[in-house]
Amino acid sequence: MNQTLLEVQNVKKYFPIPSKLFSRKKEFVKAVDGVSFTVNKGETLSIVGESGCGKSTTGRMIMKLLDITEGKVIFEGQDITDMTDDQIRPLRKEFQMVFQDPYASLNPRLTIKEILEEPLIVHNFNKGNRNQRVTELLEVVGLNKYHADRYPHEFSGGQRQRIGIARALAVNPKLIIADEPVSALDVSIQSQVLNLMKDLQEEFGLTYVFIAHDLSVVEHISDRVGVMYLGRLVELATRDELFGKPLHPYTKALLSAVPIPDPTVKRERIILKGDIPSPANPPSGCTFHTRCPFAQETCKIQVPEFRELESGHYVACHYAEELEIN
Amino acid sequence: MEKKVLQVRNLQTHFTSDAGVVKAVDGVSFEVGKGETLGIVGESGSGKSVTSLSIMRLLKDTPGKIAGGEILYEGRDLTKISEREMRRIRGNEIAMIFQEPMTSLNPVYKIGRQLEESIILHMKLSKKAARERSIQMLKAVGISRPEKIVFEFPHQLSGGMRQRVMIAMAMACNPKVLIADEPTTALDVTIQAQILELMKSLTTTTDTAILLITHDLGVVAEMCDRVVVMYGGRAVEESDVVSIFTNPKHPYTQGLLESIPKIGDRVERLSSIPGNVPIPAHMPMGCKFAPRCPHAMDVCWDKEPSFDKLTDNHSVRCWLHKEVPTDEPNLVGSSER
Repeated sequence: MNQTLLEVQNVKKYFPIPSKLFSRKKEFVKAVDGVSFTVNKGETLSIVGESGCGKSTTGRMIMKLLDITEGKVIFEGQDITDMTDDQIRPLRKEFQMVFQDPYASLNPRLTIKEILEEPLIVHNFNKGNRNQRVTELLEVVGLNKYHADRYPHEFSGGQRQRIGIARALAVNPKLIIADEPVSALDVSIQSQVLNLMKDLQEEFGLTYVFIAHDLSVVEHISDRVGVMYLGRLVELATRDELFGKPLHPYTKALLSAVPIPDPTVKRERIILKGDIPSPANPPSGCTFHTRCPFAQETCKIQVPEFRELESGHYVACHYAEELEIN
Repeated sequence: MEKKVLQVRNLQTHFTSDAGVVKAVDGVSFEVGKGETLGIVGESGSGKSVTSLSIMRLLKDTPGKIAGGEILYEGRDLTKISEREMRRIRGNEIAMIFQEPMTSLNPVYKIGRQLEESIILHMKLSKKAARERSIQMLKAVGISRPEKIVFEFPHQLSGGMRQRVMIAMAMACNPKVLIADEPTTALDVTIQAQILELMKSLTTTTDTAILLITHDLGVVAEMCDRVVVMYGGRAVEESDVVSIFTNPKHPYTQGLLESIPKIGDRVERLSSIPGNVPIPAHMPMGCKFAPRCPHAMDVCWDKEPSFDKLTDNHSVRCWLHKEVPTDEPNLVGSSER
């Protein structure tokens, strides 16, 4: 039976826009506007979407790096939404984060050993074993113990990302939230890091929440995939369902927009018109209606419900059934 | 045979630093014809951007210098002409689109003024005519209400819009060659699809030759007629786009193609190229790819292979495809990291 590790219930994050002088009304950027999903033990759930859709904000809220405006985050049955920093700290060793930019996320003034020791010190690991643990971690991610005394600038991007992963693994977490872990890396290095993440998952039974914009990477690594648009999930399904039978018009357009590295394939492409609307002033009704090729009158007025169309396949579109037939 | 618009022959661009001379580009040759799109693919540090800057002669403020080779534009060698003559070509006959649409537009001038600058300079139009031309160009790249956009500043536009403005600016003087350095890398996929579509339609209507520099093999497959693969400052393989993807000859090209995940083609593990991209200051002695190559032989470590034609339209720089000067090729499966 699938065991739920993390449950996200209708979370919202509104960032206030600094109000203009004399204006009474407070305005908000609705970065995340009601997102719900569950993550089962040992699986990889990916969240994809374009820039500004709220996928990173969602990741940060799960980590409690950002306060949650509304909704609940439940980790292993414990509601962590309203915990204070002191309460959450011991729990943090159960969920760790890998950041996008391996150049910015490692302190340039610390050696690799110090970087990897930091989480161990915070979580009161046995002092005597720390050195051994650092060596162990370096080996796990494919580096060597003689790397321990070097500084981050002596490493390439791919190696730095390995160090970032080692740091996240240091305290034996159950859940790793990886925010675009490979998008800053070269193509030939990307596959090394993706393989490493898959190996580690098997070895330590890790659960991943994988935040990315590259659909081909997502297809490779995920068990289930959620697609976000303007702060909302528009579709959530297993990988096979989502890539094989996408139901939401946005998912379809997104999939067709990915260039295929094969010049012999020619295909029909859905080109979306216009840009992503601003989350400070999202369109009424279905937020996608301004760019949707199938938009009807209802879409402009009514917000579509995020409903389970087939078992495990959720979609937020009024006309998903009819579009499927076409 | 039809005359090519731009021919680059054995280009060498070197950077002088305290640590010595860094050969960022070392022997790159290619040609682009009218209406043709040539892709230059490579990872960071492969020298693809420096190649484009060399063609535009934009290395003046850097420690870089063109140390050898020829860049022939309609028969004239761009490495030899004066800066004054170059200025007449740059932005007029050869235009460029940069990767970062935010940093390559001037934040303190309105869109209209930035567009008109090159139009007035190169096409010798009046201010009024230049304004009309820029509005017309903005319309051509699919910007709605261009009459309003010319009065806006770059920060008021979205990333995709800014890239459209960049393309409009580059195309304003009807260039014969357009150099696009990672034109869609900073954009989202749905916007990327729009921009690629736009570039495609522009080439067919104006017959512009495009030099598309990118690391995204998907973009290459979709846009290019021919492809040059670069590694460590050298061209390692060149061919038409179908042969590169269906019949790659260089182990690096093969590794690159195998290491990208493809939609609809599922594998448990991605095959990957071991090791890292070499740093230009510490290039291996022989073949630059030897330390990461699964087929590396003894000769690969000592001697660099030359860039030779396999068939009429397929060239490769690899010892596997030529006579090895020594007696027996000694196969060593190098799996060094």
